[in-house]
Amino acid sequence: MDIQSLRILNLPADRAELKTLKQGEFVRLCGTVYTARDQAHKRIAAAIAAGERLPFDLNDAAIYYCGPTPAVNGQIIGSCGPTTSGRMDAYAPLLTEHGVSVTIGKGVRSPEVTAAIKKYGAAYLIAIGGAAALYQACVTACELVAFPDLGCEAVYRLTVKDFPAVVGIA
Amino acid sequence: MRTISSEQVRLRMTQLISDCLVAPDAAVTRALERIRTDSASERTAAQLIAENNRIAAEKRRYACQDTGQAVIMVKLGDEAHCAGLFAALDAAVRDAYADARKSVADPLTRINTEDNTPAIIETELVSGDGLEISFLAKGAGSENMSKLYMLTPADGEDGIVRAAVNAVETGGRNACPPLVVGVGIGGVTETACALSKRALLRPLGASNPREDAAKLEKTLLEKINALGIGVSALGGALTALAVNIELAPTHIGMLPVAVNLSCHSLRHATAVF
Repeated sequence: MDIQSLRILNLPADRAELKTLKQGEFVRLCGTVYTARDQAHKRIAAAIAAGERLPFDLNDAAIYYCGPTPAVNGQIIGSCGPTTSGRMDAYAPLLTEHGVSVTIGKGVRSPEVTAAIKKYGAAYLIAIGGAAALYQACVTACELVAFPDLGCEAVYRLTVKDFPAVVGIA
Repeated sequence: MRTISSEQVRLRMTQLISDCLVAPDAAVTRALERIRTDSASERTAAQLIAENNRIAAEKRRYACQDTGQAVIMVKLGDEAHCAGLFAALDAAVRDAYADARKSVADPLTRINTEDNTPAIIETELVSGDGLEISFLAKGAGSENMSKLYMLTPADGEDGIVRAAVNAVETGGRNACPPLVVGVGIGGVTETACALSKRALLRPLGASNPREDAAKLEKTLLEKINALGIGVSALGGALTALAVNIELAPTHIGMLPVAVNLSCHSLRHATAVF
């Protein structure tokens, strides 16, 4: 598999470019993503409801549903494959409405999430589940952004390069 | 009565779990490399997973970030004695998961236990003086897709087939296919569930020794692969690598069927003491 042959999608994404994505197409992601999974989503949704300050600017942000293993021996990040997107379906329409343009995870999405993605010109990208060592090598920088008490569920800002994904919904 | 040292169990299980967590069963990688499919996407996904598993094994990095909840299945002979066994198993899990993800939390507060204990320890008392301990790393993605069907005797084999195919059709896309499908049939509710999980310990490619069960495994594998879910649910030929059935006698009025899915990151091993 020659990842270099895939089309590049720079993140944060240009919404006009998201419109050109074709379902089932393999792309390679380059740029910034924020990790967030179950508990981080619960807190972000609560912050939106309470009108509180959010841990990062959701506008045009890409969220990667991921909880990595600990970084050891000077690693940038531990193994970091995608988790099941469906568990975030309860929150995804709200976050999409508040600016999130790309979500990355594995598995199927609800009709409500699909409708929100279509309505706001966003996209859902599928990362290969269980390819966590491969994705670890795609991360060139990792910075803690919020919720350190959540351990692996904390929010991290990642810089990724040539991160393979498949267009799920666009 | 045979005495077994719990310290010996702790040391050996720590090593076994540490090794197991890094890379999945090599037979999975071989199957992905040999894939025959008409779908270019499926072939690409299979190649990426095989490459991932090679990186994991060579560089000793976790193939999947979900290093799971530690499921330990013990078969303890009624003529064997191992004082401190439970504490030794929890200690082995704590040490083996030191660099792995801490994925265990209180179900109500969601506060993490920080060391992946307590392990899920299931004990079966058997005859003799042996001790056999199996480990299975169970991630949430596949475990969440488990199902229990309380069928009736009238449902019969057709009902079992419908149940197992339904479990994969409704949950398989989220469970990181290609899957290993564990099917526990019989007993009472928890017997069927335990059997469906024990079925995931079987070496890949081995059949149930009972001819009728082996035939049913083959039928199920064909029907599940005919669903066309494919590797990484991108559509294709390889939805399941194996269907493993385990049986137990049940009540004349019951036919419990439990289906437990394993993702392709099949991390299992057994030690005999």
